[in-house]
Amino acid sequence: MAGAVKSNLTSGRTAYRRGTEEPPFIKWTLIVVALAFALLFLLVPLANVFYEALGRGFGFYLRALTEPDTRSAIRLTLLIAAISVPLNLVFGLAAAWAIAKFEFRGKAMLITLIDLPFAVSPVVSGLVFVLLFGLQGYFGAWLDEHDIQIIFAVPGMVLATTFVTFPFVARELIPVMRETGSEQEQAALTLGASGWQTFWHVTLPSVKWGLLYGVILCNARAMGEYGAVYVVSAHIMGRTETMSLRVASLYEDPQGGPAAFALASLLALLALVTLGLKTFVEWKTQRNYDLAQQSGAEARPETGRAPA
Amino acid sequence: MADKKFNPLPGFGLTMGYTLLYLSVLVLLPLAGLFLKAFQISWADFWALITDARSLAAFKLTLGASLLAASVNAVFGALLAWVLVRYQFFGKRIIDALVDFPFALPTAVAGLTLCSLFAPNGWLGRYLVPLGIKATYTPLAIVIALTFVGLPFVVRTLQPVLQNLEQEIEEAAATLGASRLRTFVQILAPTLFPTVLTGFALAFARAVGEYGSVTFVSGNLPYKTEIVPSLIVYQLEEHNIAAATAIAAVLMVISFTILGLINWLEGRVGRFNE
Repeated sequence: MAGAVKSNLTSGRTAYRRGTEEPPFIKWTLIVVALAFALLFLLVPLANVFYEALGRGFGFYLRALTEPDTRSAIRLTLLIAAISVPLNLVFGLAAAWAIAKFEFRGKAMLITLIDLPFAVSPVVSGLVFVLLFGLQGYFGAWLDEHDIQIIFAVPGMVLATTFVTFPFVARELIPVMRETGSEQEQAALTLGASGWQTFWHVTLPSVKWGLLYGVILCNARAMGEYGAVYVVSAHIMGRTETMSLRVASLYEDPQGGPAAFALASLLALLALVTLGLKTFVEWKTQRNYDLAQQSGAEARPETGRAPA
Repeated sequence: MADKKFNPLPGFGLTMGYTLLYLSVLVLLPLAGLFLKAFQISWADFWALITDARSLAAFKLTLGASLLAASVNAVFGALLAWVLVRYQFFGKRIIDALVDFPFALPTAVAGLTLCSLFAPNGWLGRYLVPLGIKATYTPLAIVIALTFVGLPFVVRTLQPVLQNLEQEIEEAAATLGASRLRTFVQILAPTLFPTVLTGFALAFARAVGEYGSVTFVSGNLPYKTEIVPSLIVYQLEEHNIAAATAIAAVLMVISFTILGLINWLEGRVGRFNE
């Protein structure tokens, strides 16, 4: 409707433009100020990481990255992500299924509880596990007796990372699953598919982009987490240091600065890849949506023409 | 009422059971453990621990720096969102994608790069330090780091609202003779204010808990540049479990209060938009 009104008023278009747009001088001032802010806070830090990392030449860069303690930090980071991301993926799928496909009392409360780890400071996220499993914690004495070490060891770091990345997949999946509704699943079930078949062949394909989005964000945070992991790690070089922790310990070393940047550039690269994938997924979802709109729009005139 | 409706989909018991179990074991129990531990401290001790001069200084610094950083983000984030939605210019898509960069960048890397940028021989420090602006190991450094990590919140909260804003209202105002400035002050600003406030609260909540990026640039000097999360780490490393727990409990209460406020605000904005 609004479109039709506008096209009727093409003669008055310049006047209408002047009414809802700022004068060019103000417009360009706003753009320049906003871009200066973006440049200062986004582009400059990004460029600086790579500049500092490669400043000493590519040979130094490679040597810094293949140093044994750094290599083991990369391995540990990958290991922690490989455990905590799938755990939160399974949880996200279960939670989204229950929340998006069914009605029950207390749903809003449950969603708030799932978001809780986002509101907790990373340091506190680590501290809660120290209070549970540390030597002075609730289970500390029992664990000590049985010679099981969780805090200041890899299991504690996995727990803290899983806690911090807990909401990501569920949070992205719930709205996507809710939007697709449950008619398709009901049709599949009516046609004789089992629950699992319906889930694998109907639900999963329809939410795959939302799922990928959640997993990407979850993984980026799992690999980059600092505060929570810092608290539960003993920072033992080569054993309980992740990439982020290794960046910090290299930086504290008076000679380690350039090596810290070399490792940091890997993490910055991970962030860029995450952004790239995220933009791709957004573009894909938008395109699927546009295609669906288009085919809907094309279908209508055809049915209209059919009787004539 | 709705839960009595017949729903043929299977798996509610399984998925709901797993969700509640996983949530309880991984999130609710550990958080409850912290509060339980905090309640075991006598009230007098608890009060002494959190009103100790060093703790008070840390709380003041954390809240003050977070407030400042969130305010900077509210102003410039709103501007950036406006420019990205309303105007066309070269490089727009790249800037739009880069807005999430502080989200995706590990906080340790953010701290490291900010530290080197503002160092006396860094890209920005070489111009600022001669002017007497020291942005490492000062409260200013903390505000800058917190502004960086909070940048995406206001932009990303405001963008969809701006996109869905019906320009007909602005057209009507213009038709009725309002100047662009008057349209902005009387129509756009009041409409967008709750959303900007939500973004502000999100950025503030993130800033209050932030640790990684700040610990690099602040130097963690007691009474001067020590934020609450740094103080918790310090107390924990000194084996003052009670102090760490008490301070963490207060920090969590602050975070949850902001979270509640955000939920309330979002509910209001949602109702308003309907």
